[in-house]
Amino acid sequence: MTKKMVFSGYGGQGVLVLGEIVATIAMNKGKEVTWMPSYGPEMRGGTANCSVIVSDRVIGSPIVQADIDVLVAMNVASIFKFLPKVKPGGLVLVNSSIVKEKLDRTDVDILEIDATNIAGNVGSLRVANMVMLAGFLKKTDLFTLEDITAVLKQRFAGARSQELIPLNIKAIEIGLNE
Amino acid sequence: MKVLMKGNEALSEAAIQAGCTTFFGYPITPQNEIPEYMSAKMEPAGGVFIQAESEVAAINMVYGAAAAGARTMTTSSSPGMALKQEGISYLAGANLPCVIVNVARCGPGLGGILPAQSDYFQTTRGGGNGDYYTPVYAPSTVQECWDYVFKSFDIADKYRTPVMILIDGMLGQMMEPVETTVYPRLNVEKPWAINGNADKRPRNMLTSLSLYGEVLEAMNIERFKVYEEIVKNEVMVESTVKEGDTVAIVSYGAPSRIAVNAIDELKEEGINVGLIRPITLWPYPADIFQSLPKSVAHILVAELSMGQMVEDVRLAVNGKLPVHFYGRTGGVVFEPVEIANKVREILGKVIKPIEAKGITEVYNLRGGV
Amino acid sequence: MAKMVYEKSRGLTNTPLTYCPGCSHGTVHKLIAESLVELDVLEKSIAIAPVGCSVLAYEFFNCDAIQAAHGRAPAVATGIKRVEPNKIVFTYQGDGDLASIGTAEIIHAAHRGENFTVIFVNNAIYGMTGGQMAPTTLINQKTSTSPYGRQEATTGKPLLVSEMMAQIPSATYIERVSIHDIAHINKAKRAIKKAFEYQIKGKGFNMIEIIADCPVGWNMTPTQARQNIADAMIPYFPLGVYKDEGGGPQ
Repeated sequence: MTKKMVFSGYGGQGVLVLGEIVATIAMNKGKEVTWMPSYGPEMRGGTANCSVIVSDRVIGSPIVQADIDVLVAMNVASIFKFLPKVKPGGLVLVNSSIVKEKLDRTDVDILEIDATNIAGNVGSLRVANMVMLAGFLKKTDLFTLEDITAVLKQRFAGARSQELIPLNIKAIEIGLNE
Repeated sequence: MKVLMKGNEALSEAAIQAGCTTFFGYPITPQNEIPEYMSAKMEPAGGVFIQAESEVAAINMVYGAAAAGARTMTTSSSPGMALKQEGISYLAGANLPCVIVNVARCGPGLGGILPAQSDYFQTTRGGGNGDYYTPVYAPSTVQECWDYVFKSFDIADKYRTPVMILIDGMLGQMMEPVETTVYPRLNVEKPWAINGNADKRPRNMLTSLSLYGEVLEAMNIERFKVYEEIVKNEVMVESTVKEGDTVAIVSYGAPSRIAVNAIDELKEEGINVGLIRPITLWPYPADIFQSLPKSVAHILVAELSMGQMVEDVRLAVNGKLPVHFYGRTGGVVFEPVEIANKVREILGKVIKPIEAKGITEVYNLRGGV
Repeated sequence: MAKMVYEKSRGLTNTPLTYCPGCSHGTVHKLIAESLVELDVLEKSIAIAPVGCSVLAYEFFNCDAIQAAHGRAPAVATGIKRVEPNKIVFTYQGDGDLASIGTAEIIHAAHRGENFTVIFVNNAIYGMTGGQMAPTTLINQKTSTSPYGRQEATTGKPLLVSEMMAQIPSATYIERVSIHDIAHINKAKRAIKKAFEYQIKGKGFNMIEIIADCPVGWNMTPTQARQNIADAMIPYFPLGVYKDEGGGPQ
């Protein structure tokens, strides 16, 4: 099994962190993982993205150029840039709070998630990225909510940041129940 | 337990774990994570961090710290490495151990901040003035970044030489799981150190200077005896080339992983290709080219430059086999299909009709030029 | 039995000095050596030799010593002192080394407030390479690269290093002295000793600029050269304390 994923959005939407969380979960499950950040030449005000490869075997090139298995698109620019590179049958998780356009691919599995609005409703736009994880839980068997919680506990180990964990979990749960 | 780390972070933490107590750096993309990490972690660990006024100053601080007997490191990227060459030459001339990391970007001049392997000549040919070499390690994974820091400090102390670690910006910026093993450290006495202990021993003197030809010649010959030992003992290379392979691809560092994908792609077509991955770029693993399986009819060198390591391969092959080259430059990273197509071309097979544009946006541009 | 009235400082090795007749370096070496011995820190001292006439200074100071790249002595001293903060570290630099190629290193060592001592020997010329113009070469002074005399229009005015260094907030003690006669040599000795005392007390960066001569480079006899310090050098490079935040000697 090898899964190539791209996490893409505006700078500040937390796509790099989201990719890192998914990579960490996979690592904790004993998978081979690579995480590669990219802002691209248009980084100033453009898309931020990272690619993550999860595999059962040693990963060669860490670069995801095509044949994307999972695309997490947090803004419109991400759709323009990466939707054509998703392989047929691939999964596209779209932040429908921001992306209103109709997507022109019928050969991929598209799941719309109202991520930014859900995040706003739970009290912090910063957790919009976490809401997108609900899509993984709904559409893939890559990991479970428990796996996510374990990584969040690692990341927010400090006494003060611990209170962020329930907020993040709540955001994901609302996303799941949408 | 494994930890997800950037290549640059692995290099930093491994250095601290390897007993590096002094770090001297200067900001330049794409290695900024290293001085940033050191600024946070070095002092709590009881060590020294200085953001120097320039790469020139940083390498000369390394010269001082190494002379005083400390394990010491500096890191930079290509244009900064050019500035450090004066100091590296002095370190070699005064036989001082240290570790120098080049998280390479493309050039020449200011070039760009995308990854490249065009500092191969500079890194493997001494780089500064005079007769000298530095051992060079070229990790290809974040785990190897971690591991070869320990190795580099030991080799530096053992042979009293600066040691280089050469990676590219891609490997510096990417994250992979790392087994953060703390390897036992080679403890080498440094009776030569100038540490102000002349009450306990005769005074020590360190210099690369001699105004007398015979004296300097003798110093250089002594140093080259050490180099002979390094060549004899420290060559490292990984090879998957086996009987039945028709082509051997030679590639090093993170880009060698792209060659691995190309090899997988070719295997599906029944084309058997192996990979020779030099881990030490100096001393160069030349011997492996003299003992290749008989089935190997071509050598293909794939590197992110206009062709630098290919010269070492040609020297090592010494005319026995045709040596081909495929490279991208200016920060463009080749795709697997490009390397595979070059193999197809060499073997007279049908080239895959994909217009390979190369990969131009592979890592975080934070920090800018 | 004969009574010993004078002996060479044990702060210097027995290696014969390589300097020209009448050169100031021998005098300055002696003052440093005596100061280190008198302060009882010779064995724990580390000398950093520059590139220039005093490139071989590591042969002469009877303590641990290292030779540095041209202008980089303050960076090398930084590396050493940060590893051995309780040892006495000093650089010995000429005007080409410190005031030309090494301006970045000297300014930033002071800027960081590195706790070491800089002995800056200013003789207004590149002696080692054959008498070329230095940043401190006087106006109209003839050198091998200013054969018609230094011209302000094309090469500016001589750099006033002590004045410049005194502006650096983290510098502690900056003084300019001369060695052209006995009285000034004694004064220079007191300044050098004070600089090392400050370093011992951890007072931070200090630099003593010593106005010196170069009879060969100046095309003068040693006597003329010493006189020239008084007549031509000191009027442009005024002697004195430019900064002293060390609290004075004990």
